[in-house]
Amino acid sequence: MNEPLLRVENLAKRFDGIVATDHLGLTVESGELHAVIGPNGAGKTTLISQLGGQLAPDSGRIYFAGSDITAMPMYRRGLLGLARSFQITSLFLDLSVLDNVTLAVQAHAGHSFRFWHDVRAEKALREPARAALARVGLSDRADRITSALSHGEHRLIELAMALAGRPRMLLLDEPMAGLGPEESARMVEMLRALKKELTILLVEHDMEAVFALADRITVLVYGRVIATGAPADIRSNAAVREAYLGEAEGTDHA
Amino acid sequence: MSAALSFRNLVVCALMIALVLLPVYVKVSGNIFVLTLFTRIVILGLAAVSLNLILGYGGMMSFGHAVYLGIGGYAVGILAHEGITSGFVQWPVAVAASAAFALVIGALSLRTRGVYFIMITLAFAQMAYYVIAGLARYGGDDGLTIYKRSQFFAPLDLTNKTQFYYVCLAVLFGAIYVTYRLVNSRFGLVIQGSRSNDVRMRAIGFPTYRYRLTCFVVAGMLCGLAGALIANNTDFVSPSMMYWTRSGDLIIMVVLGGMGSVVGPLIGAVALLVLEELLSGFTEYWQIILGPLLLLIVLFARGGIDGLLAKFSARVGA
Repeated sequence: MNEPLLRVENLAKRFDGIVATDHLGLTVESGELHAVIGPNGAGKTTLISQLGGQLAPDSGRIYFAGSDITAMPMYRRGLLGLARSFQITSLFLDLSVLDNVTLAVQAHAGHSFRFWHDVRAEKALREPARAALARVGLSDRADRITSALSHGEHRLIELAMALAGRPRMLLLDEPMAGLGPEESARMVEMLRALKKELTILLVEHDMEAVFALADRITVLVYGRVIATGAPADIRSNAAVREAYLGEAEGTDHA
Repeated sequence: MSAALSFRNLVVCALMIALVLLPVYVKVSGNIFVLTLFTRIVILGLAAVSLNLILGYGGMMSFGHAVYLGIGGYAVGILAHEGITSGFVQWPVAVAASAAFALVIGALSLRTRGVYFIMITLAFAQMAYYVIAGLARYGGDDGLTIYKRSQFFAPLDLTNKTQFYYVCLAVLFGAIYVTYRLVNSRFGLVIQGSRSNDVRMRAIGFPTYRYRLTCFVVAGMLCGLAGALIANNTDFVSPSMMYWTRSGDLIIMVVLGGMGSVVGPLIGAVALLVLEELLSGFTEYWQIILGPLLLLIVLFARGGIDGLLAKFSARVGA
């Protein structure tokens, strides 16, 4: 049997006595789109931060592509092929859009102690960056200063940056957050295309998007996994309905 | 209108040509004082250019940058005092000593951010100030007179005011060119990315600490060179050249001229020191005029004078 691309064992993290991650176990198979859902405060972003390396877990293990990355600094996880997008847009706002994506390419192109050659003339960096921008449909924005773009476009730049590093796996933290219906639909289409080539762990509040895209879904409540399974199983799971979906449906119809 | 021919670029070119031709004007007019003033401006402009590398491009708010003026200056002063007057020894020692000091300050301070970073750089600079003020053998508080300027090969004579001015100008233009190449390289993009969003930089795979440290050391080296020039210009070094108010002056030049623009700090140095000269001719209380002027620039022209010029060019161009 194939080793899962990402395996999380017994992961635990507390903040001042509040349990954010409670002995959590999770596997993501190579090639699947695995969604993590849960009510507010379930510890979804805390989980993604531990996977990405922004937070160190108190205990437990994280394996990616067979190696233990629990204590690995974030930049090395990036180099290993694990790319993260941020829930709160985290871009280089005062640089151009193309420079943002160029940096993402450059991160995977060896060390950057190169002091003399004009980086903006380096085809090896600029072409993949332009290609990533083209994939998210932002080619015409390449030379704009990033802060001048809309929120929806910022989410797409996030995605382009994650793609630019040619990752094996994407950690997407609420890519639809703050998007209008049209932009959300565009993002769903984008992710549908991406999941053919990449393994994706998706944290998302938009249930419609999650059930449309996910191969498997894990439900978190208070940092614990209460269910994992195919979308149909999750939809019919009694515990999940009680803990989560009832509430979500209530708000969906509002 | 093409970028190459913008109003702003014309002004910058005019400034550079004026600096190159200044000794001609001095020869014709016989006004030797202007040459003395502008030698100082060019040297402090070099220090400001080096500060801009970390402050403007790297977002590292160092409040102790003048320490390298002192280290570079004292490297020349102490060596001259001990009988070593060759510039081929003095200047590399000035640069190397500055690099070593920057490496130590940077290694510690770059682990912190914001106010802590400011405080640590300030504390180190003040520490160096007191250490040097305590060196009785080299004049202590009173400073150290340099009886012989740095010696280079035969026709080059630093005691000749015009020659010395051109040496300073050449070093300044060289530093501006190096900065230009640096900030537009892969390294420069990493530095600017780290200024913009360091957490994100590390998340996408950059160990930013080592890049920022390198940038910090390069800036220290360039400023150390400015220190060696100052020592030759004044034939004297004293601890006051590295006092924290001097670091403040350098910050003002960078902010006034335009942070994160390659020539901004030079414009800032010219503007500040010429203004200081003119205003102090008018009144003893010239700082009362200079202060509000700086406030206006900081409040309304965030890119400094260079930013204003660029904005004006954009308007004219459109």
